[in-house]
Amino acid sequence: MFELFQLFIEFFKIGLFTIGGGVASLPLIETLIVKNHGWLSFEEFSHLVVISEMTPGPIAVNASTFVGNKLFGFTGGVVATIGVILPSLIIVIVLAKIYLKYRNLKTVNSVLNGLRPTVVGLVAFATFGITLSAVFHTNVLDVNTFDVNLFRIALIIFYVFLLRKYKPNPIYIIVLSGVLGYVVL
Amino acid sequence: MMKDNVYLKLFKSTFTLSAFTFGGGFVIIPLMKQKFVDTLGWIEEDEMLDLVSIAQSSPGALTVNASIIVGYKVKGIKGALVATLGSILPPLFIISIISYFYNTFISNPVILKLLMAMNIGIAAILIDVVYELATTVIKDFKLYTLIMMLVVFIATYLNVNIILIIFIGGFSGFVYFMKIYQKSNKGGDQ
Repeated sequence: MFELFQLFIEFFKIGLFTIGGGVASLPLIETLIVKNHGWLSFEEFSHLVVISEMTPGPIAVNASTFVGNKLFGFTGGVVATIGVILPSLIIVIVLAKIYLKYRNLKTVNSVLNGLRPTVVGLVAFATFGITLSAVFHTNVLDVNTFDVNLFRIALIIFYVFLLRKYKPNPIYIIVLSGVLGYVVL
Repeated sequence: MMKDNVYLKLFKSTFTLSAFTFGGGFVIIPLMKQKFVDTLGWIEEDEMLDLVSIAQSSPGALTVNASIIVGYKVKGIKGALVATLGSILPPLFIISIISYFYNTFISNPVILKLLMAMNIGIAAILIDVVYELATTVIKDFKLYTLIMMLVVFIATYLNVNIILIIFIGGFSGFVYFMKIYQKSNKGGDQ
């Protein structure tokens, strides 16, 4: 019972200190979950990272579910997950309240005007990395590491074209890309 | 608490969106824009970017934060709770099931190939949304936003701490735009 509570607390900490992206949670998970409590082996931890890449859902939530399930079954997964999202729930709602109430204030408005291009820049960078990885199978901007595949290049151009021209629901593109890519590649 | 039409729609939407957020949280941005701005019309386009900014700047995963804030905007705290539930159920179910045979799962060639295929689609979706967001943001303050986006891109590439980047972005916006407000005040009008 006490360990269940500890599980909750550790994932609460992970949820609280993961800022700026899912990958930021990894060192925390490694320290708190693997090293301090031994709830995961290093091998299981690396598997978790791989699974997170393969499933929908943020790494932290995947981790809380996985570890919670391993220790205490489905209940454990629920408890750990509630722990990891509780900080978000509280902080985001507080910030949202402030935003909705004060967004017309010049001060708040100025900060927001600064944050908008910042977020676009961050998403642009993430997009750049994901494109490199998906199309050229590389992590670095080094043309030598590029695995050039005309099919993949053609596919991405095709999808961008579809998106720009017909503005479909992006979920259709995800499904289409899964099917088309599976068949063609 | 009766789940009336809006709550149910909110739940279904966040659930579906979360279920398709592969390849890192960012793809939820275009998915949310399509659902909550274009289809349901619950949020304005420039409002969406503000909500995303707040979600991005808060601790926690972008997907969950974005769901919380959209839910809150639409239906207050109850909305936030419903949306949160919607966003965490897919991974909760999927991982709970997979955790029992994950060795088979991660080495399954069919799944690996599907994922590789989907990642291309996701990259395309992100390219499309970055283009749209960039053009939206540039409309109002061309030079500032262009420089800002470029600086942030380079800073991230150089591994500058993201929290620092967000802080500097907000702070520089504060300084820059407050100056503009002051200048227009000196002219005599609000």
